Amino acid sequence: MEGIRLIEVKEDILSDNNKMAGEIRERLRIAKTLLLNLMSSPGSGKTSFILRTIDGLKGSLRLGVIEADIDSVVDAEKVAALGIPAVQLRTGGFCHLDAAMVTQGIEALPISDLDVVIIENVGNLVCPAEFDTGAHRNVMILSVPEGDDKPLKYPLMFSVCDLLVVNKIDFLSLSDFNIALLRERVLALNPRIKILEVSCKTGAGIPDWIDWLKAEAAGFNP
Amino acid sequence: MHELPITESILRIVLKHAEANSVRKVKTIYLKIGRLSDLQDEWIQRYFDYLSKKTVAEGARIVIERTPVVMQCNGCSASYEWEVSKMDEVVCPACGGKSSTLLSGREYTIKEMEAQ
Repeated sequence: MEGIRLIEVKEDILSDNNKMAGEIRERLRIAKTLLLNLMSSPGSGKTSFILRTIDGLKGSLRLGVIEADIDSVVDAEKVAALGIPAVQLRTGGFCHLDAAMVTQGIEALPISDLDVVIIENVGNLVCPAEFDTGAHRNVMILSVPEGDDKPLKYPLMFSVCDLLVVNKIDFLSLSDFNIALLRERVLALNPRIKILEVSCKTGAGIPDWIDWLKAEAAGFNP
Repeated sequence: MHELPITESILRIVLKHAEANSVRKVKTIYLKIGRLSDLQDEWIQRYFDYLSKKTVAEGARIVIERTPVVMQCNGCSASYEWEVSKMDEVVCPACGGKSSTLLSGREYTIKEMEAQ
């Protein structure tokens, strides 16, 4: 009987994904295209936010969108109707996007003609935080009706994001959502994160987001 | 929630090392997973049992070591472990500072495996 041996593996389980994500980042850096990964819960207003972004940019940046909502073409159709190149990934019930799926999306877009590509990730605050999509910046939307306790429940998501957009601030007067407490909780997890307050319904705060996006894109294509 | 793709990755890496080491049977696989990950241990084993059928890793037991969340204070640079359940109120135990940076707690590593 052969004895039992101990074999050292020491390999990162996500190494294939991380390597592919690094390749995406480099490829888009060379193409001078900023890739943003937009994450949130279902119903937080991701698609409305993208539509507001298209409107707010007024053509000043060339935008493309990769949609990853589970088995739906509705979101991509809404975006494409505004003349923005959009590709719908069918994630087939997957809970997150990985770098291989994003690569497919990028190959379907005219990257060299775009300044910014926004990935609309699957609506979920758990899994997308764990998988590097190859984006240069991670942006999260939290809407007021979801509550100010979300950093407590999904700490990883808040830790990996560069920007937190608090949406539906028009609901603030109707709820006990404490925005100062939210800021404190989020900054304790991630002191580098920037926080913006917007309402996709009224348009409040959208100019601040557009300014942030333009500044980030300018850093990519000086 | 994403135990399936993670488990596929684990199996792929395990089989690669099994082949390189001329393994006939993989007995135990030791993983190190950070506490910030939401993976459910029992689902990893269940998916692994399913995916590894008819491979040298069929029947292998998966042992998961959870590595702690380690923070570093942005004020005094002290590093310290912190509970995931208290992530909304991170306070440096050395200086009381409320601003810290995550050092580790997101690991996803296959450490080693026992095989014949």
